Amino acid sequence: MSGTVLLPSVVALPAVTGLVLLLLGPLAPRVGRLAGAAATVVLAGSAALATVAGLRGSSAAVPFLLGADLSVAATGVGGLLLPVVLGVAALVQLAALGAARTREPRFVGLMLLFSAAAALTVAATNLPTLLLGWELMGAASYALIGYDRREERAVASGTTAFLTTRAADLGLYVAVAAALAGSGPAGLDLAALADVAPGWRDAVAAGILVAALGKAAQLPFSFWLSRAMDGPSPVSALLHSAAMVALGGYLLVVAAPLLAATGWADHAAAWLGVATAVALGGVAVVQTDLKQLLAASTASQMGFVVLAAGVGATSAGAAHLVGHAAVKALLFLAAGAWLEALGSKDLGRIAGAARRWPAVGAAAVAALLSLAGLPPLTLWATKDAVLAEALEASPALYAAGLVAAGLSAAYAAVALVALLRRSGGSDAGSRHLPLVVPVALAPLAVGAVGLGFLTLPAVMAMLPGPTAVTPHVWELVLSAGVALLGVAVVVRGGLRVPARVRDWLRGWMGLEGAAHRWVVSPVLALAEAAARVDDRVLARTVDAAARSTTGAAARAREGDRALSNLVDQTAAAVRRAGLAVRRSSRSGQLHHYYLQLVVGVLVVVVAWSVVGLLGSQG
Amino acid sequence: MLSLLVFLPLVVAAVLVAAPVSAGVARWVFVAATAAEVVLAAALWAQYDAPASGALAFEEQVEWIPEIGVSYHLGLDGLSLPLVVMTTVVFAACAVFALGDEHRPRLQAALFLALETTCLGVFAAADLVLFFVFFDLSIVGMYLSVNGWGHGDRRRSALVFFLYTFLGSLALLLGFVGLYVAADPHTFDMVALAADPPLQGSGPAGAAVLGAVLLGLAVKTPVVPFHTWLPPAHTDAPAIGSAVLAGVLLKLGTYGFVRIGMPMLPEAWRAWAVTLVVVGLVSVLWGALVALAQTDLKRMIAYTSVNHMGYVVLAVGAAGVIGSGDDAARSTAVSGAVTQMVSHGLLTGALFLLAGVVWRRTESYDLTHYGGLSGRAPVFAALFTVAALGSLGLPGLSGFVAELQVFVGSIAVLPVTAVGLLGILLMTAVLLRTVQQLLTGPVGPLSQDFADARPHEWAPVATLLVLSVVLGLAPQPLLDVVGPAADALTDLVAR
Repeated sequence: MSGTVLLPSVVALPAVTGLVLLLLGPLAPRVGRLAGAAATVVLAGSAALATVAGLRGSSAAVPFLLGADLSVAATGVGGLLLPVVLGVAALVQLAALGAARTREPRFVGLMLLFSAAAALTVAATNLPTLLLGWELMGAASYALIGYDRREERAVASGTTAFLTTRAADLGLYVAVAAALAGSGPAGLDLAALADVAPGWRDAVAAGILVAALGKAAQLPFSFWLSRAMDGPSPVSALLHSAAMVALGGYLLVVAAPLLAATGWADHAAAWLGVATAVALGGVAVVQTDLKQLLAASTASQMGFVVLAAGVGATSAGAAHLVGHAAVKALLFLAAGAWLEALGSKDLGRIAGAARRWPAVGAAAVAALLSLAGLPPLTLWATKDAVLAEALEASPALYAAGLVAAGLSAAYAAVALVALLRRSGGSDAGSRHLPLVVPVALAPLAVGAVGLGFLTLPAVMAMLPGPTAVTPHVWELVLSAGVALLGVAVVVRGGLRVPARVRDWLRGWMGLEGAAHRWVVSPVLALAEAAARVDDRVLARTVDAAARSTTGAAARAREGDRALSNLVDQTAAAVRRAGLAVRRSSRSGQLHHYYLQLVVGVLVVVVAWSVVGLLGSQG
Repeated sequence: MLSLLVFLPLVVAAVLVAAPVSAGVARWVFVAATAAEVVLAAALWAQYDAPASGALAFEEQVEWIPEIGVSYHLGLDGLSLPLVVMTTVVFAACAVFALGDEHRPRLQAALFLALETTCLGVFAAADLVLFFVFFDLSIVGMYLSVNGWGHGDRRRSALVFFLYTFLGSLALLLGFVGLYVAADPHTFDMVALAADPPLQGSGPAGAAVLGAVLLGLAVKTPVVPFHTWLPPAHTDAPAIGSAVLAGVLLKLGTYGFVRIGMPMLPEAWRAWAVTLVVVGLVSVLWGALVALAQTDLKRMIAYTSVNHMGYVVLAVGAAGVIGSGDDAARSTAVSGAVTQMVSHGLLTGALFLLAGVVWRRTESYDLTHYGGLSGRAPVFAALFTVAALGSLGLPGLSGFVAELQVFVGSIAVLPVTAVGLLGILLMTAVLLRTVQQLLTGPVGPLSQDFADARPHEWAPVATLLVLSVVLGLAPQPLLDVVGPAADALTDLVAR
């Protein structure tokens, strides 16, 4: 395949297949049955092409808007992430074959569109292209979360996710405007953002920061991620691992030089990231629902990536993104499979699931141990790479990061304890676990366990970004100790948390309620008030005039004589006007006539309205 | 060729009035004539070469009333050509949709063909008197459409529409007379008036003349607070009447900004610029807020138009703010305004035709009585969803290309205009809420026997939406046409 079409086809293959499935699905049921399999093949092929494109460093561009191109490249962090996004999407799609609902052509089509949008986001080299992929991904997530359109709750969750992330997306609009104002079309290039003129550059950084925090479900936007759990499990598996949420972290990693250039946005990102890692780690520990636990964990883990971007640890952040993608896709797919098989995602009711299905169970346990940060597993290594750079920046950041690491171990242990329990469990579901699930989980498990090699100094040097700081041995030991401590505390019976704090954390710190109370409700009230003003004040004047005119018109119709008089008068007026035109055009004074005409018509209309108004009230 | 494009529909309309053909024949003549118009417009697009700044392509001029400088003068440039093409497409979509209309189809076809002539005439006119004649006749045509083919309280709505917009047009006429009087030599020729703007350096006189013009155009566009004729007119208009009213007729107002106000009264325009920015922002936010509170589908769509036209007013206002920002930013704003006019024509046309699908089945626009249509009418649901996504400015559709340019241009000139971005968020809420009420959840009482869209219903809507997607993903052909004209206009305003 020639270089110019290679990379575009990585995006176009899933996009076009998705569109075809969406259009043909309802019309051709036979196509429908093959949809899921076809999608898996397409995504796998796309991932393979993306790998080739990444090795070649391919790029492509066509004119788009604002003087910028629709431009993609498989280089840098994006080039590393592109095959990961598509590969995880392929595995998720493979696992989705296990359930009838997620084999439907509409579902598969939307998944493909979502994957294509995510791929475009990762491959984008400038802001307009990124914005295109970014928002299409948001719209596709809306359709996927609310996939079951009869379920009001699921649809509302999709709306919440889309509205929340779109509110943050407006930051990207500001960023585009500021970058263009600051240094013209060249300033839109993602690699050139740090060079935008100061002042405008701050606006670019602020916009990108807000947009990325929204997508990455960082504070205070985290609540949409909890609601996103109402979607089908494969959606969660993709949304939370390699796409959407992860791409919020990705954008900040790419924009790290810009953040640093402002002198404030890097600190803001680092602290917001670590704050989210701690707070959402706390939220995760107290969850009783496996999917909610994993969702809070996603926001928390993304906090490490945002922290990495804030301290300029590009390569460590990229490594953590890749490792987390494997871990989280695996865990969500396993959770989804157990939800199908046991009819519940409640930690009490899925107790012992890992023992009952050992293949899936082993994979999930491995992923949870990695999530807990136990050596030598993937996330232990990647997280420590991030923390090593945080220590360089500020010991306080490092300390907060260690707390977050301890919480990660704790919530992973909560899930482990439940899944490995010997007794209990529900029998409500199908009690059947499709074979495709362990098949899809196997490669993810390898990633969850073995991707730690990405942080070896030799490998880190090949990753994009400035030379990474290598963690000291004491740091590695300390973080392993913290992880073991976290696990031990949970296994030994858990922390005593006051009930009020526990409930507050379990409800995601009331973030969604706060958004409703402070944003949604006031806006709706304002809208109602505006509508009342519109109807009762602004339209009233016109209404009165219209009523009086209809009244007058009706009266005029009543009398034949009045009507014929009107006709006669009009005819006479036209005759006079004709004469006047001739006279004034001869004398060059036609504008006088026009003025008279306009004033005359105005007087007649106003008088008519006033008379009618008085008449209708009398 | 341009005259043929403008007057062919009128000729066909005359034939339809005179010849008592059957309803079926009349419907298909309507389709054929509007399709021919699309072909003619596409041919013009294919032949188009950007004229020099201030000049027009496809120019035609014949003496009419030489004593007062009035001529039959037509021509197109990068500002009007896209609108001409969009107009023919919207009318053709309406003609296909009207294949399902039962009420006096022959007269309706004739009326809409005549209306097409008046709309194309406004965009092609290069003489103020000609512009005004077409402008006012379009009001008469739309009045007749609402009055004769509408539903609900149609007589009153039609009269409100007529009274309001006709009074607005009189203000416009007053402004035109002011331009004529001030020009030396006196002329109504738009090319001449733009080349040598008459009221430069006149201070309040120029501002007053522009004030009259702006008042007339503000009513037509409409901007807050002159918009209250729009919701009732839309609610009670027939589907194709609404589609043409929102898709094309509103653009006659916004087109006046870029065709008359900016090039002919540049100094006054700059004086009014900040006011226009404020009025645009108010329209953006007010239209979106009020739309959020609607429970009537058509009123909701009508208020989204107030929001969308607000972006245009914001952009043309920002283009007049000289001193900060550069010319490129102001030109981008103008380009965004024109793109928005085209985009809104396609997307709102589609939304109103879909509202017509709803009315044909249930005769109710009450959103609270629907729900679950995605299962009952999947084709309708899919089209409505795409149209809604377009209308909320999702990238990949034309509205995004327009709104991004509008904001990029405006923010560079006046950073505070970023406030208007909240309009995009509010519109997202409005349209997602409507999708939720109409298409999802349990099946509502009015959704029970809702038949899916039929081919003559979904085909025109799908065509409009496909064009919106094409513009959204590959805007370059359009921007190549609009760009030079926007650059030229930016220079004219700076004089």
